[in-house]
Amino acid sequence: MSPALFLVLAACLIVGALGVVLLSSPVRSALSLVVTLFFMAVVFLLLDAQLVAALQVVVYAGAIMVLFLFVIMLLNLQADPPAMARLGVRVTAAFGASLFLLAVVRFLTRGGGTMTDPRGMATPLPEGFGSTQGLAELLFTRFLFAFEITSILLVVAIIGAVVLAKKKLT
Amino acid sequence: MTVVPLSWYLTLGAVLFTIGVLGVLVRRNVIVVFMSIELMLNAVNLVFVALSRHLHTMDGQVTVFFVMTVAAAEAAVGLAIIIAVFRNRETVNVDELTVLRW
Repeated sequence: MSPALFLVLAACLIVGALGVVLLSSPVRSALSLVVTLFFMAVVFLLLDAQLVAALQVVVYAGAIMVLFLFVIMLLNLQADPPAMARLGVRVTAAFGASLFLLAVVRFLTRGGGTMTDPRGMATPLPEGFGSTQGLAELLFTRFLFAFEITSILLVVAIIGAVVLAKKKLT
Repeated sequence: MTVVPLSWYLTLGAVLFTIGVLGVLVRRNVIVVFMSIELMLNAVNLVFVALSRHLHTMDGQVTVFFVMTVAAAEAAVGLAIIIAVFRNRETVNVDELTVLRW
């Protein structure tokens, strides 16, 4: 990926992410998140992760965000007056965030080596990198146990969601 | 052709993750807090995919697959909890939900 393309995509991603946090209407926040997830899928595609990019669009932008929008509309949430945390919390959060970013940039520029060398991202990839077949082979061999555990997780989540949404708490 | 070094992707991931953390800390609407968590998960996914490309191993992409599964399960259960809470308390403001606060 050329630097210009990366910068454009990064700008779109950051604007979309800021939209999620700053827009006062929950529906607009959700749509901003959908845009962010789409641009993230483009970045995945350019990083030779075709299957992950497709899953990103189908699972995240498709399924999860539809669920979010469905709940927002079910609860009929209005654009409340921008409910923000107290000033002290906001200042502390901004301070901590800038400290974290400073640490990351410092680590990456100093600890550099192969990470700041662009050639690391230009080397040719093995055949079938990021393809469905390659990913499936890994899933059903080395990660088989985690894959099977995932099915239990999903069953538990389905049962939990149904029970929670159904029950009238007293 | 010039390409982007790995550190740019890691920096972008860190920036997006930080925006997500700020959303969790600053916003009071519990659904927006949830969306900020999804944003943080996606920032981590970006780092996984970039490192996967850098190291020429697909383990990172498999991990992204599992992260997506956990995110989907978390969204389903979390939104069910939000609906249950809203039904009983008529609010989604996290400052008003203080029963469990110490």
